[in-house]
Amino acid sequence: MVKKLIKNIYSTLVYLFLYAPILIMVVYSFNGSKFRNKWGGFSLKWYKELFNNHEIIRALWNTLIIAAVSAIISTIIGIAASWLLYRMKNRKFKSVILNTSYLPMLNPDIVTGVSMMILFVFIALPRGFATLLLAHITFSVPYIVQSLLPKFNQLNKNTYEAALDLGATPWEAFYKVILPELIPGIATGMLLAFTLSIDDFVISFFTTGPGVSNLSIMIYSMTRKGINPSINALSTIMFLSVLFLLITVNTRLKDKNPKN
Amino acid sequence: MKNKLLTSTYVAWIFIFIVLPLALIVFYAFTVNDGNIVRFTMGNFIKFFTEGVYLKSLFRSIYLALVSTIICLLIGYPMAMILAGLTPKIQSFCVTLFVLPMWMNFLMRTYAWLTILENNGLINTLLVKLGFGKLELLYNQGAVVLGMVYNFLPFMVFPIYSSLTKTDHSIIEAAQDLGANKLRVFWSVTFPLSLPGIASGVSMVFMPAVTTFVISRLMGGGHTSLIGDIIEQQFLYANDWNFASAISVIVMIILLASMAIVPKGKSEEPEGGGLW
Repeated sequence: MVKKLIKNIYSTLVYLFLYAPILIMVVYSFNGSKFRNKWGGFSLKWYKELFNNHEIIRALWNTLIIAAVSAIISTIIGIAASWLLYRMKNRKFKSVILNTSYLPMLNPDIVTGVSMMILFVFIALPRGFATLLLAHITFSVPYIVQSLLPKFNQLNKNTYEAALDLGATPWEAFYKVILPELIPGIATGMLLAFTLSIDDFVISFFTTGPGVSNLSIMIYSMTRKGINPSINALSTIMFLSVLFLLITVNTRLKDKNPKN
Repeated sequence: MKNKLLTSTYVAWIFIFIVLPLALIVFYAFTVNDGNIVRFTMGNFIKFFTEGVYLKSLFRSIYLALVSTIICLLIGYPMAMILAGLTPKIQSFCVTLFVLPMWMNFLMRTYAWLTILENNGLINTLLVKLGFGKLELLYNQGAVVLGMVYNFLPFMVFPIYSSLTKTDHSIIEAAQDLGANKLRVFWSVTFPLSLPGIASGVSMVFMPAVTTFVISRLMGGGHTSLIGDIIEQQFLYANDWNFASAISVIVMIILLASMAIVPKGKSEEPEGGGLW
């Protein structure tokens, strides 16, 4: 009994620690006052202002578009890369390629960020939306490979050969036999790439150009003069959407396999 | 044939976007640009190791990151054990609850701590109402550590949690059958088996903590400048890309070396991560 109580108190405290700032954001999104530490009564004005604030909406769009596009492209590159690595016979070459592929994941974000910034200057690509997108694809691919490669290794090698023997072209064999087996891994990787892209600040900060910002960059530039409370409103909306999404996904999964 | 084309395309991709940028950083680190001539120099490194400011901030970063990693481990290990011990139904819910904050923008979450900790913030308001004096909670090293622990705690909990759930329960039962008490089971069975999880948790917390410049800026208020702050300033404000590259190279080497030191244990999936 005592042990259970201690466990409960402990986890409650940890969750409280995790959620305290989020709670603050949600509460202050309804604050009538402009100041962080003053309560000006319940109000929805920051929500109204949010939808009229073009700067925030544009940053939100940039964030979502970059996250979606980079997730899709990096997934395609990641599938191709994992397929190549899986089929590669030369072990030495394979390990060189694999380790190089994982470098952006092992390197600290700031190093990835500044090195890509230097690259874009070096190849004279003006920094902006395109460079931001390229950087996000680059740092997402390793995560896709990491979540896909084990799935490839679990595949039954004979099925692909069998498909070829039965007259399928290599592309058909890949598309019809291999790919369906990989869907869960692909979904995980893509979701991970999407989340990482949305949450990224450091790499975006170094690879973007003037005039193009995502939410993180905008929020960072706001921290100097104080954050527009509309951001609290936006965070609250995003939080609730993610919560809603997770609950639906969870209940749907439970409906599908009631045993779990 | 097609595979060859695909392979060379992918090799070209990683060369341009992974190898070349790092090669450029190394190139910048060892050169200096006087006017129009680019020449080789060790000066950037000599500057780093001789002007005390930079070494001091490197040591400060490592120290604060170490403290944060240890705190994360101390808080995170029991939490991972609690999560792993829950019944499956509640377990998935509680784990999801743990991931959820990570979907919020981390700058916003960190910024919200200012509202709690600042001079007229929630804690101090409460303290004053209760008749105590105000505390200096923000803009010091403690606040930076708090920010690091807050942001990186999930990175410690997940790998440990996943190695704990993978532990074969029959081994624990065998230890119990052989007469080990709970403490003994923990120290001789559960803990050693979770070492790979701890290793990956430690590196996943330590690495971003050493190089952060956002947390130190927000929570430290610019008083606690870390090595990440210096790299950022040198690149964006001082515009000394050569020196900034040299610092980046140094940080990269230190981190890769420290990753090599952390004992990995025997991982069952050498090519797959334990986290996801």
